[in-house]
Amino acid sequence: MAPARALWQDAAGPRPLENHTMLATLLRRLAALVVVLFCVVSATFLLVRLSPGGPFDSERKIPAAIERQLLAKYKLDGPLWQQYTGYLGDLLHGDLRLSTKYRNRSVNEILAQTLPVTLALGSAAFLVATLAGVWLGAYAATRRGHWGDTAAMLTALLAISLPSFVLGPLSILIFALWLGWLPVGGWDGFSHLVLPTLVLAAPYVASIARLMRGSMLETLGQDFVRTARAKGLGERTILYKHALRIAILPVVSYLGPLAANLLTGSIVVETIFNIPGAGGFFVNSILNRDGFLLGGVVIVYCVLLVLFNLVVDLAYTALDRRISLDG
Amino acid sequence: MADPLVWQRLRRSRAVAICGSTLALLTLAAVVGPWFFPASYAEPSPLQYASPSWAHPFGTDLNGRDLFYRVLTGARVSLLVGVCGAAVSLFIGTAYGLIAGYLGGRADAAMMRLVDILYSIPRLIFILVLINAFNRQLQSFAAARGWQGLVDYSSIVILVLALGIIEWLTMARIVRGQVLALKTRPFVAAARALGQSHIRILTRHLLPNLVGVILIYLTLTIPAVIIDESFLSFLGLGIQAPHASLGSLLSDGASAINPVRNLSWLLIFPALTMATLLLALNFLGDALRDILDPRG
Repeated sequence: MAPARALWQDAAGPRPLENHTMLATLLRRLAALVVVLFCVVSATFLLVRLSPGGPFDSERKIPAAIERQLLAKYKLDGPLWQQYTGYLGDLLHGDLRLSTKYRNRSVNEILAQTLPVTLALGSAAFLVATLAGVWLGAYAATRRGHWGDTAAMLTALLAISLPSFVLGPLSILIFALWLGWLPVGGWDGFSHLVLPTLVLAAPYVASIARLMRGSMLETLGQDFVRTARAKGLGERTILYKHALRIAILPVVSYLGPLAANLLTGSIVVETIFNIPGAGGFFVNSILNRDGFLLGGVVIVYCVLLVLFNLVVDLAYTALDRRISLDG
Repeated sequence: MADPLVWQRLRRSRAVAICGSTLALLTLAAVVGPWFFPASYAEPSPLQYASPSWAHPFGTDLNGRDLFYRVLTGARVSLLVGVCGAAVSLFIGTAYGLIAGYLGGRADAAMMRLVDILYSIPRLIFILVLINAFNRQLQSFAAARGWQGLVDYSSIVILVLALGIIEWLTMARIVRGQVLALKTRPFVAAARALGQSHIRILTRHLLPNLVGVILIYLTLTIPAVIIDESFLSFLGLGIQAPHASLGSLLSDGASAINPVRNLSWLLIFPALTMATLLLALNFLGDALRDILDPRG
């Protein structure tokens, strides 16, 4: 038995109650999700409804009768609390209502069309960020002080400092307009995915690489690594089989914030590259005071993130048995 | 902080010298630079989309305004929002971290759990909704009182507050960690034995020991706030015209570039200025952290 494995197996030991506590935690977290969602929905609804300016305000004044009719159609008439409870009731039935800007299209429909695009972009960037980041960080750690390490870490600091709205337009200028290698924007096949994914992932590749390097250096200094070396294991086996598993833990706990950042970042990247994802609708819904569309996007983002965080926590416990979910 | 070795290392560090002087130069140019231009440079002129020349080193924009002038004033707004927003976050983060670390136990656990939760939600998205709702309210509030200045700058005021409110988390974590370590030290026990109040211990004994760490993270919070501000302005939700920040200039530049006509200066100069500013701030923060806080 490798000492690394013994370390966490013995520390945690067999836990007969494990499945039971795991289920309880799961249920508790899902209950928390409901509470979080309720707060988010209420806050969004009230903020939009209480801020000055209605959804149908425009340059041209609409006749009062028509505005009344519009408000009735979108269920925005009556006292505020009635509108609010009515909205909550519709949400419970899975109805996100009609968009007040894109008339006659329901929010469900808009999200069904745009969310897959955002998710495709987001997961591509997620994969690139974690894989490239972990590899780069581990590489830099094994070459500590070497020029490869310095170069990798300088590039990382560079990438962290350059936000997507600097990197994105510049990369379009260079790779699409001047060199003509990749399309300027749009969403049609693999070549349209390359630049947006790289631009979205770049700062997070860098953060993960820095995190991974630090944690790898710490792990490589631990006793079990020395033992593994003393036993004559190959450097590769030590690195990838023993050290990586421990060193990757800080990266795993960074994945929750990473997903949140990618979702936020994709709004800008979608705007820059003209990608028909949910991000563009999100920005427009704020500008147009399209409360139901805004609410729909916020709810979906929130559910996605809370569920993702739950998965990350479960993965964390699976990787490191020293930690319990209740602790 | 008072360690003479620290001063020596600060002075010898090449990174600190380079980044510090770049930053000082940029700030100086942004703050006093615009006064040296003829007043006509700020106004629209018939000279639309002129490419860079001696008269207009960065070229001119759609309305014939000098881009060099616009970049300098934009950098001024970005720096102002960055510094003020970071100051707000410093205040919140330090207070929160001090209290959590000093109380310890359950209160500390609960307060830090809240920070963890806030870390993993897209704060910028929620703040966007807030900014737009409150901006209109602040504007009508100021207009009702006849405060014209506040009406013009309401979007900047709201931005500073909002960005300060979302960027305090890291500061709170760092301060709390330091307080946890500091409060076990004998001088705190001595202060307590002398019967000093909690508030006095916090402000007179713990806070002065945190100045170094707080300064380091302040230099790292400023670029974070600048990035957030530019993010919002890039989307058209932050600084509103006629004001411009580096973010809104970048957004104008990004929408101007096209395959038919070369207008790349509209993008390149704001992008380079932004990149220089952020790189100098981040490298400086990193170098300071290495010198002042080798463990961090």
